[in-house]
Amino acid sequence: MTPHTLQFMPSAGFRARSKAVVDNPFLRQSFRGAMDFLMSKRAAQFPDTEELESLRTLGESIRQYNLAKLPTLLEQLEANLTRNGIQLHWAETPDEANAIILSICQKHSAKLMVKGKSMVSEEIELNHAAEAAGIGALESDMGEYIVQLAGEKPSHIIMPAIHKTKEEIARLFHEKVPGVDYTDNVDALIQIGRNVLREKFREADIGLSGVNFAVAETGTLCLVENEGNGRMCTTAPPVHIAVTGIEKIVEKLEHIPPLLSLLTRSATGQNISTYFNMISSPRKAGEKDGPNEVHLVLLDNGRSQAYADEQLRKTLQCIRCGACMNHCPVYTRIGGHAYGTTYPGPIGKIISPHMLGLEATSSMATASSLCGACGEVCPVKIPIPELLMRLREEAFTAPHANPAMRGQGAGYSRLMTGIWRGWAAVYRSPGLYRMVSWLGSRFGWLMPSNQGAWTTVRVPLRPAPKRLRDMLRERG
Amino acid sequence: MSARDRILAKLKAANAAPAALPDVAGWYATHRVQEDAVAKTKRFRQCIELAHAETYAVSRGGWLQKLWEVLSAKQIGNLLVAPGTAHGARAQAELPALGIACPAYDQPIENWKEAMFRDTPAAFTSARAAIAETGTLILWPDANEPRLMSLVPPVHIVLLDTAHIYNTFYEAMRQEGWASGLPTNALLISGPSKTADIQQTLAYGAHGPKELVVLLIGDEQ
Repeated sequence: MTPHTLQFMPSAGFRARSKAVVDNPFLRQSFRGAMDFLMSKRAAQFPDTEELESLRTLGESIRQYNLAKLPTLLEQLEANLTRNGIQLHWAETPDEANAIILSICQKHSAKLMVKGKSMVSEEIELNHAAEAAGIGALESDMGEYIVQLAGEKPSHIIMPAIHKTKEEIARLFHEKVPGVDYTDNVDALIQIGRNVLREKFREADIGLSGVNFAVAETGTLCLVENEGNGRMCTTAPPVHIAVTGIEKIVEKLEHIPPLLSLLTRSATGQNISTYFNMISSPRKAGEKDGPNEVHLVLLDNGRSQAYADEQLRKTLQCIRCGACMNHCPVYTRIGGHAYGTTYPGPIGKIISPHMLGLEATSSMATASSLCGACGEVCPVKIPIPELLMRLREEAFTAPHANPAMRGQGAGYSRLMTGIWRGWAAVYRSPGLYRMVSWLGSRFGWLMPSNQGAWTTVRVPLRPAPKRLRDMLRERG
Repeated sequence: MSARDRILAKLKAANAAPAALPDVAGWYATHRVQEDAVAKTKRFRQCIELAHAETYAVSRGGWLQKLWEVLSAKQIGNLLVAPGTAHGARAQAELPALGIACPAYDQPIENWKEAMFRDTPAAFTSARAAIAETGTLILWPDANEPRLMSLVPPVHIVLLDTAHIYNTFYEAMRQEGWASGLPTNALLISGPSKTADIQQTLAYGAHGPKELVVLLIGDEQ
């Protein structure tokens, strides 16, 4: 099996990776086309502005209500899952989550795990851990299967292989899947994947999935998907392990329909996904299929840090639709891999710092035009631009005691702070401003022609030889 | 202290202020119309056909004839049935005489997994209900009609009584009282399996059924 070649990467490489994509016209065209497609599909699903706004308000209130009760709901979920026969496990870190999953695999002497789509399993790098333990971990979502064959990570949380053309996938299948001739016919390519993966669903010892919503009052795990691979993973193998973040809980079953409607329409512009799978127990006596064991692993991994702060808590409202990425001018130009994190785009910028610390992610918050598109399309109204401003403050102000975030002040620089303080002082004092602007107009020619990143694509900045006030005075 | 206790302690320490209970019922009451049976059936058919399913209106007594016609047109001579259900038993009693073999899903999957994956071209199940708004079938698999019937065979044929079509998902779960008891696995199905993961090109039959056929029993038809 091809190992993943990408790991979480520190922000130091962010600029270089972004530049590599921006310099590649083919990739830029590919992302532009894909995002335009997804944006128009979403727009077509929400023709009624009033309905969209009222549904977003309802979605926001559902997420905020459930987050406000999160500790209680986790305990209620635990009680009801246990009553239903589903085994619950808690993990604070990715290593703990991997250890739990692998111990279940080892208990069953598992050799092959088939995986449905799960961004949390990407977050904990489960595939690496499984393969190190001698257990094959095979992605079965078609897009995830493609990126796994290519030795990559997903570049989008909903469309993992959105960066690849059918020709690239055709070459990949021809090279990596035994006995497959080159074809770039999409139906034929899907059939190749289907045939390979069907054998694996039948053989697998363990099926792993994510969870879109966990319902506390009924002890139910809900999964949204189109392909049926999620159902295969949760039904065909004898053991099903689900893994999810602690925030994906709703108290009541009736909270699901509005969130499901917002999710599928925002993500792929579908009225509803092909399958909505609601799992409430392992196989019961007399039933002829379904796993004999169902496990749920609840992962923290920095979410409790976001939860502790009232403003940052809004990050956890996310239902992982990916609409913010599709509408983000930065994501559209650099693609998902440039971020170097499991979650790219606007949601990645606000959730990754809690998972990886600001030391590794401080530059992500600055990679935003703050145009507000992400906040406008978010189906549950996460104020992403406002959170990006907060993260900039956390990353770039001087370190202090009792910070709200791990790595607070990681991007702090005395020089930069001094420059901004000087800038503020000039603009606060009319006398100082007059003096500086006079000096600028007289000595602007001294400005260097190389001004770093600015002059790589623009002409050098030089103050005008005459100030506006001088020109107005001359006019009388 | 366990990971559980540490996580819960951190969350409880946040002392999050309570938030108002969302008015889901109010939203549906003001944003979704209640349609009559004919309109609901029409909307359901439009939506599920847009999702690439085939639908056929059948009479309460005549569905078996249409089932046979569908199978014959698709040149399927082998249909997996659930003999513990009334419709499965009728299919098993009458279709073999018309040239369609009807093996029964009557033993645990472990005993015949390979045959299920390799030699089962089609399966026949019922739907408990449906949702007009999204063209969605509600399946409620149980000991008699197991989960894999609607997933593994390349063709899935479903019998739906149009008297059980709801306007919305919300209406279905509220009127049927799902919150007080869900089965092992409840399913919403809105078309055959599909994916657009390769260059945003829609393709059917990704992992589950390539074809979904719905036989709609309704007196009004």
